[in-house]
Amino acid sequence: MQFMLLFSRQGKLRLQKWYVPLSDKEKKKITRELVQTVLARKPKMCSFLEWRDLKIVYKRYASLYFCCAIEDQDNELITLEIIHRYVELLDKYFGSVCELDIIFNFEKAYFILDEFLLGGEAQETSKKNVLKAIEQADLLQEVRALATA
Amino acid sequence: MPAPIRLRELIRTIRTARTQAEEREMIQKECAAIRSSFREEDNTYRCRNVAKLLYMHMLGYPAHFGQLECLKLIASQKFTDKRIGYLGAMLLLDERQDVHLLMTNCIKNDLNHSTQYVQGLALCTLGCMGSSEMCRDLAGEVEKLLKTSNSYLRKKAALCAVHVIRKVPELMEMFLPATKNLLSEKNHGVLHTSVVLLTEMCERSPDMLSHFRKLVPQLVRILKNLIMSGYSPEHDVSGISDPFLQVRILRLLRILGKGDDDSSEAMNDILAQVATNTETSKNVGNAILYETVLTIMDIKSESGLRVLAINILGRFLLNNDKNIRYVALTSLLKTVQTDHNAVQRHRSTIVDCLKDLDVSIKRRAMELSFALVNGNNIRGMMKELLYFLDSCDPDFKADCASGIFLAAEKYAPSKRWHIDTIMRVLTTAGSYVRDDSVPNLIQLITNSVEMHAYTVQRLYKALLDDISQQPLVQVASWCIGEYGDLLVSGQCEEEEPIQVSEDEVLDVLEGLLVSNLSTPVTRGYSLTAIMKLSTRFSSLNRIKKVVSIYGSSIDVELQQRAVEYNALFKKYDHMRPALLERMPIMEKTIFSGDGIFTVCLWSVFPVLQANDLLDLLGGNDVVPIIQTTVPTKPASAGGELLDLLGDLSLTVIPPMTAYNKNGLIIEFTFERSNPNPNIAVITIHATNSTEADMTEFVFQAAVPKVCSFPSCILINLLFMSWCIGT
Repeated sequence: MQFMLLFSRQGKLRLQKWYVPLSDKEKKKITRELVQTVLARKPKMCSFLEWRDLKIVYKRYASLYFCCAIEDQDNELITLEIIHRYVELLDKYFGSVCELDIIFNFEKAYFILDEFLLGGEAQETSKKNVLKAIEQADLLQEVRALATA
Repeated sequence: MPAPIRLRELIRTIRTARTQAEEREMIQKECAAIRSSFREEDNTYRCRNVAKLLYMHMLGYPAHFGQLECLKLIASQKFTDKRIGYLGAMLLLDERQDVHLLMTNCIKNDLNHSTQYVQGLALCTLGCMGSSEMCRDLAGEVEKLLKTSNSYLRKKAALCAVHVIRKVPELMEMFLPATKNLLSEKNHGVLHTSVVLLTEMCERSPDMLSHFRKLVPQLVRILKNLIMSGYSPEHDVSGISDPFLQVRILRLLRILGKGDDDSSEAMNDILAQVATNTETSKNVGNAILYETVLTIMDIKSESGLRVLAINILGRFLLNNDKNIRYVALTSLLKTVQTDHNAVQRHRSTIVDCLKDLDVSIKRRAMELSFALVNGNNIRGMMKELLYFLDSCDPDFKADCASGIFLAAEKYAPSKRWHIDTIMRVLTTAGSYVRDDSVPNLIQLITNSVEMHAYTVQRLYKALLDDISQQPLVQVASWCIGEYGDLLVSGQCEEEEPIQVSEDEVLDVLEGLLVSNLSTPVTRGYSLTAIMKLSTRFSSLNRIKKVVSIYGSSIDVELQQRAVEYNALFKKYDHMRPALLERMPIMEKTIFSGDGIFTVCLWSVFPVLQANDLLDLLGGNDVVPIIQTTVPTKPASAGGELLDLLGDLSLTVIPPMTAYNKNGLIIEFTFERSNPNPNIAVITIHATNSTEADMTEFVFQAAVPKVCSFPSCILINLLFMSWCIGT
């Protein structure tokens, strides 16, 4: 995977994870163009499109679009499963996740993503293990904070 | 001093802004507060401030002044600080900034931290955005962690290693020892990331590939266990056990089995098993089937397995899920070359996909349809494709039209059908056809001698309907110019001949000249067509009048043509009939290799007898007479045959050896014609110095645009070359 973007139906960015080195300007340009392209798609269209030399896989969950750019040899259908797994993780963590959860706790959304994917590939295929690791890390935050206060 | 506001508080506040300006004001105020807090080196709230900065960054505001603060957070001993610090580094820093190198030491320390979650943070950051320098410095640490028994760290180290290898491929060797027992792990996370690492190594190095081929039995076993094992709640997705791992294993097997008989043999059974036993009701099952099909098609699988794969794709095509259909079309496109017959069986389903609403699916279906066209199905397929051309989006029309022309050329069952098809394309998508289709079509029409009357009639009728589509108009003008006599005399056999007078034809052509819809090129075509009709029609005065009017046209090209045609009327009327006579059949020469399509024309100067041109053997002299009213452009590469007519300046031109190879010598001598110094006479001497005869000597003359002969309009558009047949 080259990057993953989460954005609302109004085109506001909620999360951006880049696995390729690009300048801020390039990232902004790509984001703007891709968001426009995806938002222009009709609801009945398929979840895949070719954009520049990348394959784009996107899926809408309620008011959020989850959009991934994958390479030529990557499997589009399993990418849909990756997206779905991430949504499930967020859902489990926040308890019935909605867009506001991701807005107000964006750093947590990143932490969860970073426990699930690394360098664009899945590092853990067990939902339970990802959530356990996040839980432990969260605890670590509490403990350390108390110790030095 | 009051504590900086909390992150959630800030987010709430910013969201209350009603306008962009209001938001910007809030952001600027907070940024100022954060900046002064940074300046004061406040350790307590640094984390909170950077988090707020990251939020503002996501809204699109600049946050570069927080970069160094992220580094300070990473260096802190508080886990919270490190978490936000690393996140900030991944969001705000990238390898283009020198600042990022300062992270290297911190990451090195954290890779050796006592807490695995800190190590995890470091591995994640390195694996996500580590530059080549960082990777070089830290590869050793990653390699160490790849050998740890802690599966939490091992899986991350594997993916970090993938990133290191991508950045610094030379370091791949050092990870080899650590891969030794990666696949014996029970932990799925480690298995998955190990397979990714092995895949990366095999893709990059043929040596690694041969080295890892021995893992095929082990991979097959792991895959088998996944399929055969009972329900495992931890890895289950809709009844399938760890589909992510299954897909990655299948992909690695594909790479290992490609081109290798033994490996392909070893994986044959498991592929068949996966292909037949995987549940297809949900996307996840289809994802595995998709990967399986890709693998079967790429390795040296036996034919039964291949047919199974194509049939899976055929079933995919009928699936309600658009995504599945899309993926099927993509895969079929890849396999249509190698397994043509098997794919043909699904032709009707593919053709149905042309009517799909989704743009991506339509495009795929179109490409696949063109790949499937052959001599047997051409009539049926063309009907569908023409219907598609009618109704498809403008973006498709150019490609579709080109595809149709190519297919028609290859498989046309009859000349009439071919011309009808072309007419249909020109009338439905006439403005989208590519520029080179006009000369191609003209050549095709010229060569279909018996269809001339039919063609010109149909084109004429099309012009009456619509003159906006330029390629159609250009071809039609050319045809009317050439075959206008057939049109007027009503000689059409194929269909009911129409009654049309010379004046009506000239009306149409003149209409093109004045119409705003006509491009300059089109106007050139119609003027020339009118001129040609001067030898075919009897309305000479009308034509003369038109030609002289355009002698003062603003368009330089048009003006030049008109002036020259005028000159033809006034001074060279005796040459006019010969110059404007019917174009002869053109030979089409296709050079293989670079695919350049060159049309060589015979007898560009109809004034010359064809026999004279051919009879160059044995050193006969031929004297072609070339008129030049305008100095031509200077000669290009000396000694080459191209651009011989360049540099005919008004002074004396020294003789030149144009060709000297394999015993054939061709020399050109130039002199001014005596009665008319504006005429240059080129004498061509060709001598055969070998003992054997030279047969099939072909001489052709090509005229550069500047000479602009009326009957050379076509040459202006085509790439010219000399053809010395041997």
